[in-house]
Amino acid sequence: MIKTIKHVEIQVNDEGYLTDFSQWNKEIGEELAKEHDIEMTDKHWEVISWIQAQVAANEPLSIRGIKKSGVIDIKQFYDLFPGGPLKVSTKIAGVPKPKSCI
Amino acid sequence: MKNLVILGAGTSGTMMANHLVSKLPKKEWNIHIVDQYKTHYYQPGFLFLPFDIYTENQVKKVGEKFIPKGVNYIQQKIEKIDAENNLVELENGTITYDLLIIATGSKIAPQEIEGMLSEEWRKSVFDFYTYEGALALRDKLRDFKKGKLVVHITEMPIKCPVAPLEFAFLADAYFQKKGVRDQVDITYVTPLSGAFTKEFTSKTLKYLLEDKNIKLVTDFAIERVDIENNKIIDYADTEVDYDLLVTVPTNMGDEVMERSGLGDDLNFVPTHPKTLQSLAHENIFVIGDATNVPASKAGSVAHFQAETLTDNILLYINNKPLKEEFDGHANCFIETGKNKALLIDFNYEQEPVTGTFPFAGIGPLKLLKESVFNHWGKLAFRWIYWNVLLKGIPIPFVLRNMSTTGKNINN
Repeated sequence: MIKTIKHVEIQVNDEGYLTDFSQWNKEIGEELAKEHDIEMTDKHWEVISWIQAQVAANEPLSIRGIKKSGVIDIKQFYDLFPGGPLKVSTKIAGVPKPKSCI
Repeated sequence: MKNLVILGAGTSGTMMANHLVSKLPKKEWNIHIVDQYKTHYYQPGFLFLPFDIYTENQVKKVGEKFIPKGVNYIQQKIEKIDAENNLVELENGTITYDLLIIATGSKIAPQEIEGMLSEEWRKSVFDFYTYEGALALRDKLRDFKKGKLVVHITEMPIKCPVAPLEFAFLADAYFQKKGVRDQVDITYVTPLSGAFTKEFTSKTLKYLLEDKNIKLVTDFAIERVDIENNKIIDYADTEVDYDLLVTVPTNMGDEVMERSGLGDDLNFVPTHPKTLQSLAHENIFVIGDATNVPASKAGSVAHFQAETLTDNILLYINNKPLKEEFDGHANCFIETGKNKALLIDFNYEQEPVTGTFPFAGIGPLKLLKESVFNHWGKLAFRWIYWNVLLKGIPIPFVLRNMSTTGKNINN
C-alpha cells in the first residue's frame, strides 16, 4: 500500500507500518507521530534512535528492553507514546511492530 | 581422543546425541551429555494435563532410555562454562571439551514480576509450562465452576507462542462440556497488539475468539500482580480482575549462562541464526530454546535445527565452511477445542498461510484451517516424539527447510 506524506510516497502495510526502512527519515517520523497526536521532542527522538538500533541489531523489542535501555523508564515511555507505547513508537520509528509467530 | 560435550538432555540435546553418535568417528571422539534431571518430559503434553486429556504417565519417561549407547551420560548439575579454557565445571569435577553444544533450554521466571511468585502461587495464580504447574492447575480446574479465568502472557519471547491461545480455546471447550461455560468468563491478556499479530493470520483467525466468546485485552505490559485484590495491573494502570490467573511468566535461559557470561538479558545465548554457531566462541554451538535466534521456541524448530547443526558440526571438525542453512522453519499444531486443530508451517521470512501439508492439493493436513485431521495429527505427534523425533530419525516428507509446496503464498 502506498501512502503519501508531504508529497513523498512511502510503502506501508495495512496497519500503516513502513515496510521499507530505507524510506524513513525524521520528517516522515514526525508526520506519523502527528497521526497519534504526538509532538516529537528530543526525548522522543532518543527513544526512536534506541529502537532503530535494537532492530538493526536483531534484538527483540520489549518493555523489559525499555527498562534496561538506560534511555527512559517505563512510566515515561507510556507518557511519551500513549496508547500502547511499543506499537506507537515502532510505527514512528519506521520498523516492524513486535510480533508473535501467528 | 577429543571431547564433544552436550549440555542438556531435553529435546534438543537428546536429538543431537542420537544424530552424532553414528556420525562422529568413534576412534577420535568421545560424546558426553550432561543433565542433572532424571525425567524427560514431553512438554507439548503440559497443555493437555490441566484438562484431564493426558495423564501424568503420558508426558514423562526416564531420560536415560533415550540416550544412545556410546554416549557418556553425566547426571550432574552444571556450575559454569569456562569458555576461555574450554571446560565445564560440574557439581563434582570438571570436563574439558573440544566442541560444546549448548542445549539447556528455557524455563519460566515468575520471580521477574512483582507479586507473581507469592503465597498465591499455584493457589489462584498458575502456570502450565512446568509439570508441577500443569498438575496443580488440573486439580484447581476440576473444582472451578464459576468466575473469571484470565489467560495471560507476561512478555515475549516465550516457548511455544501459541500455547496460551490453545489454553484459552481448550478452556472454553472444557467448561462447555462441564455445562458451566455461562458461569465462567474467559479473558485473554497479551503484551502484543493482538491475539494474532501476523497480517494474514489475524484476518483468517479473528473469528475464533469471537465465536468462543473469549474477551481480549491487548498491549498489556504487566507491572505487578495484586494478590490482595485479585488483579493484574499494567504500566498504563490498566487493571484486569481475575478469580483464576493462568499466566505464562517471563521465559529465560538457564542461569548457567549468566554465571558464565554467555547470555543476553534473558540468559539466551547469542547465536548465528543460520549456522547455529555461538557468536562469541567458534567451538560452541547452540540449539533449541537456549538460542536467541528469532525463531519460535518449539520442539519442531529444535528438530529442524538438529539436522542443520549435525551437518555443521561435521563440517566444523573437518575444517570446512559452515552451511548457512537454517531458515527459522517451524511447524506447529494449534488446538482449537472440540477435537479440532489448525496447523501452521512458516519460517523467518514466510508468515503462516493457508494451503495443504505436506503435499500440494492433497494434504492430508490443512494449513491455517480448523480440521479434525489436524487434531489427530497433534495427538499422533506424542508417539512420533518418543519413537521417531528424539531418536533423530527424519520424519517422512517433512523437510528441514520450509517448503512452499501446497502453500497459498499470495493470498
